[in-house]
Amino acid sequence: MKQRSYLALEDICVEFPTKKGTFCALDKISLSIEKGEFVSLIGHSGCGKSTLLNVVAGLVKPSRGVVFLGDQVVDAPGVDRAVVFQDHSLLPWLTVEENVCLAVDKTAKGKSKAERKEWALHNLELVQMAHAANKRPGELSGGMKQRVGIARAIAMQPRVLLMDEPFGALDALTRAALQDVVMDLQARLNNTVLMITHDVDEAVLLSDRVIMMTNGPAARIGEDLKVHIPRPRARLAAMDLPEYADARHAVVHFLHERYRNPATLQAA
Amino acid sequence: MSASSPLANTGQSEGAPALSPAAGATVVPYPEDAIKRRQLPPMPAPMQAWEEKLRSIAAQTLPTLLMLVVLFGLWQVACGSPDATFPSPLKVWQDSHELIVNPFEGVTVDFSGVHVSEEGVVGIAGHIVTSLKRVMMGYSLAAILGIALGILVGQSVFAYRALDPLFQVLRTVPPLAWLPISLAIFQQAQPSTIFLIFITAIWPVILNTAAGVQSMPAAYVNVGKVLNLNPLEYFTKIMLPATVPHMFTGLRIGVGMSWLAIVAAEMVQGGTGIGFFIWDSYNSSLLTDTIVALIWIGLVGFALDRIVAFIGRKVARTA
Repeated sequence: MKQRSYLALEDICVEFPTKKGTFCALDKISLSIEKGEFVSLIGHSGCGKSTLLNVVAGLVKPSRGVVFLGDQVVDAPGVDRAVVFQDHSLLPWLTVEENVCLAVDKTAKGKSKAERKEWALHNLELVQMAHAANKRPGELSGGMKQRVGIARAIAMQPRVLLMDEPFGALDALTRAALQDVVMDLQARLNNTVLMITHDVDEAVLLSDRVIMMTNGPAARIGEDLKVHIPRPRARLAAMDLPEYADARHAVVHFLHERYRNPATLQAA
Repeated sequence: MSASSPLANTGQSEGAPALSPAAGATVVPYPEDAIKRRQLPPMPAPMQAWEEKLRSIAAQTLPTLLMLVVLFGLWQVACGSPDATFPSPLKVWQDSHELIVNPFEGVTVDFSGVHVSEEGVVGIAGHIVTSLKRVMMGYSLAAILGIALGILVGQSVFAYRALDPLFQVLRTVPPLAWLPISLAIFQQAQPSTIFLIFITAIWPVILNTAAGVQSMPAAYVNVGKVLNLNPLEYFTKIMLPATVPHMFTGLRIGVGMSWLAIVAAEMVQGGTGIGFFIWDSYNSSLLTDTIVALIWIGLVGFALDRIVAFIGRKVARTA
């Protein structure tokens, strides 16, 4: 029998009970992710991407199927799977540093208080936010908040980093800056990442693999595309490569030809 | 295809003169000369810091002062005639002069607290203090129990379904309707008044705290789950700080309602306190005293509300 991957989703089905009967959001999703791989999930709104990510996070229980992380079964949320939420989810009553420390305190229990604080600050430096350590989230711009959200997640040293449309709420320029931060972190830390996105360029630029999902209900994996852009990547150099254009072409055609947005199909 | 046709027609068709691409991109020089020639009005001299502060204070308080002057003026005009049934402000000042200028008669302050003399003449502040003490006791009980019950009902669906109907019914009972029951239970004026305050103030505290817990953003709940916080950490680090603003909304409404209830309770029950003072002055046909007491009650109620709001802001900031 084949060796199981580092993160393995096996036949994941998610069904929600509704008044009109059972609604099947995800239908038999199987996905294997190796250690250090950066994988994007892309698909139209409502295709169940977030549900799938929440299954891996342990926030949603699958109706059928199993998620393995290493040789453990995932059945509850845990600090080995940090999540970067779209709305950053920083606690507004804590300072930036306290927000990161809250996560560090749960994951670095053996360390002294000074060591934990230092680790929190180190991670804030990685996202260039050490200068705002004593500010509260309300005083920061959207991009800065999301940098802190990323710092909080990587400070937990998770086995898998889950990102739920991390840059969805940001403007295009801020988004590009944050993508550069993520590329830089990936070059340094080589995390195993599962990221949800709506943005084709973001998926291609950041990922080793782009998983394209069909439209819901009962969404499946439509295509699994390997992106052959060498790492470490730099935005402008990568965008000029034929591999970039090929990958982009494949994703765009999947999203806008084979599986068009159900909302625009209805309007046409 | 139909969607693109209106756009296709707009190009170089009849009507407006067609601009060549070069003409469209012509750079118009920035009219620096015109700006240099323009005459600007001289800048006013910069204000001193104290002057600026004084102006801002004046701008805030002047409308209030003006309102007071107009209000008292209208009142004086309306009630100034000798055969008016309601006393004018001047008459209030003359008849209740002693009460207005000596409010602290019979009140002593030492290291153990504020004391009101039990014999002899007691100034209006003394009655207020007596009432405030009762309110404090009943309200503190209501705050503690109300927050605890609110959190219970907010986070447990079972407790919510069990208790919410009860709360919804009981909260509509007017404070004074509790008085006979309260008297029957406690037999004495003091504890039954405190119970009355408690039972009046607790409902908004419970309901607002519960609403705060229930309306906690899912994002915070998820953070707690992903970070694997234990129940105690979740309570102190996430639930409590997230609920504090709602909690204090309830506490503010509660303190206002207990101040309303204490006056009514003391009017009925008699003995001491500001409510009794009003009833007593009315029975003695000292309407001007009643008016002075009314103003005091309003100001104290206002102060109570502001104090609770202030504490709420402090707590929300540090929580």
